[in-house]
Amino acid sequence: MKNKFIKYLRLTFSYLFLILFCAISIYPVLQVVNISLRPANRLLTTSLEIFPQNATFENYIKLFTEQPFLIWIGNSSFISLVVTLTGVVLASTAGYAFSRYEFIGKKISLLSLLVTQMFPPTMLLLPMYIMLVKLGLLNSYMGIMILYTATALPFCIWQMKGYYDTVPFSLEEAAMIDGCNYFQSFYKIILPIASPALVITALFSFMSSWTEYIVAAQVLQNTELWTLPLGLKSFESNLGTEWGLYGAASVIIMVPVIILFLVLSKWLISGLTLGSVKG
Amino acid sequence: MNKTFLKNIWITILILPSLVILIAVVVYPFGYNFILSLSNISLTHIRDWKIIGFDQYIKVFTTVTQPNIYVIFFKTILWTITNLFFHVVIGVSLALVLNQKDIFGKAIFRTILILPWAVPQLIVALTWRGMFNYEYGVINAMLTQVMGLPPVEWLKGESTAFLSAIITNVWLGFPFMMIIALGALQSIPRDMYEAADIDGANWYHRFRYITVPLLKPVMIPAITLGTIWTFNNLNIVWLISNGGEPQDSTHILVSFVYKAAFNFYRYGYAAALSVIIFLILLLFSLSFMKKTRTAENVY
Repeated sequence: MKNKFIKYLRLTFSYLFLILFCAISIYPVLQVVNISLRPANRLLTTSLEIFPQNATFENYIKLFTEQPFLIWIGNSSFISLVVTLTGVVLASTAGYAFSRYEFIGKKISLLSLLVTQMFPPTMLLLPMYIMLVKLGLLNSYMGIMILYTATALPFCIWQMKGYYDTVPFSLEEAAMIDGCNYFQSFYKIILPIASPALVITALFSFMSSWTEYIVAAQVLQNTELWTLPLGLKSFESNLGTEWGLYGAASVIIMVPVIILFLVLSKWLISGLTLGSVKG
Repeated sequence: MNKTFLKNIWITILILPSLVILIAVVVYPFGYNFILSLSNISLTHIRDWKIIGFDQYIKVFTTVTQPNIYVIFFKTILWTITNLFFHVVIGVSLALVLNQKDIFGKAIFRTILILPWAVPQLIVALTWRGMFNYEYGVINAMLTQVMGLPPVEWLKGESTAFLSAIITNVWLGFPFMMIIALGALQSIPRDMYEAADIDGANWYHRFRYITVPLLKPVMIPAITLGTIWTFNNLNIVWLISNGGEPQDSTHILVSFVYKAAFNFYRYGYAAALSVIIFLILLLFSLSFMKKTRTAENVY
């Protein structure tokens, strides 16, 4: 009797706790969706409704017809795609070497990769900015793609190395006996097994460039080159924020990221705990 | 001979592209930043700068800045500790609750609880900035309409603006700790708890002698990483306070450096302060890892 009472008490408090934090987690996201659907005359409202009255898509239509939003999507997609591809190719190969082979300078290189995580954001941004000014690469995609790759790559290599470490070496040995060469045993046997880690590496590289604002704000000053985050920020200002456009743009930017994140969340748990943290 | 030769070529192919790129875009700028920190480079001396020694470092510690650099340093520590504390407490609590075997709908709860991590930081910051708005913000609306309290000037006051940034960052950071803790908890075998039950252990004993020791090796590296990320989190402070408002009182070290570099063009000074921040974090990580003796888990 007493035990049952305690059990119900525990479960009640557990569910209340979970529901409270779910509400806290989801509310700001709903808030953005809410703002994006508000009609122009209700943008500045103090009502607490979750779904706006007279919801309309006019903000979305305005975003695509009156703003260069399609150009920003194109720019961001191009940059993110190149950065993600570079990141995955480089991290999957270098991480493999770090996991499988001994070579001169291996330990110090691994340590250096870890140390780069301690760089404050200005540590690379400032010298790169000055270099880009001197090379005349400011306002070019080359410059920003280099910066994004530089910031994402060390973490991605560690992540991949950690995952390869959990794959037994005997797999390659067996493949070699069966006549595979180094490249084949990596490409045909190990890479498919490592696909969860590849997916997470891709996700992080993609996220770091698709939503990055601080670096882009310094490097891309020409409006035509703007990425989505720069466009989004331009709707917000001290004098008067274009809340409707801001909401609609935010929803379009974050929906693909959230979907990717949630779909991959299962791999995130194993990938992160095995990869970056336990090493 | 042929075989080792082939193997060496294979290793080179794997490692060389990353090595070349990392040297070009990480090692070289790192060295360049160090040289800049020893120079008098600024907007007026962007092409004709020269090495002047450690003047910029001395400036960091002695010049009276507005706001005072030591106050900013103190705020950065406060920012990091408060954030990490709530990230870990909320994250681990949620993980413990979710890991109970008789909770239904785990997958749904977990999915919703990950949301703050999935939303891009720029959107997080701008949305919360809107929610903290004095007249139209949801938070004041809740304070006045639901709780009957007076509204708060969140973004205009020195301490409330800083608090707003902390609240926002706590919100976006707890899912990471939750996921890490959940992964660790799931790897603890259930029969350990059952064996403890047979031995007559109560929930406190189980928590203290099974859960905590097995969580610790996973949480320590995560906390180290979290500390570094939070210490260096430019996005939230910069965007919530719109570059340090009100009157440059809402700064942590990294946002102060960013402002010195890109709003005041004091490149040499910013480079020197970057190096100092890096050294602080390096010393912290080394000593923290050594103290908790988990280094072998990470390297």
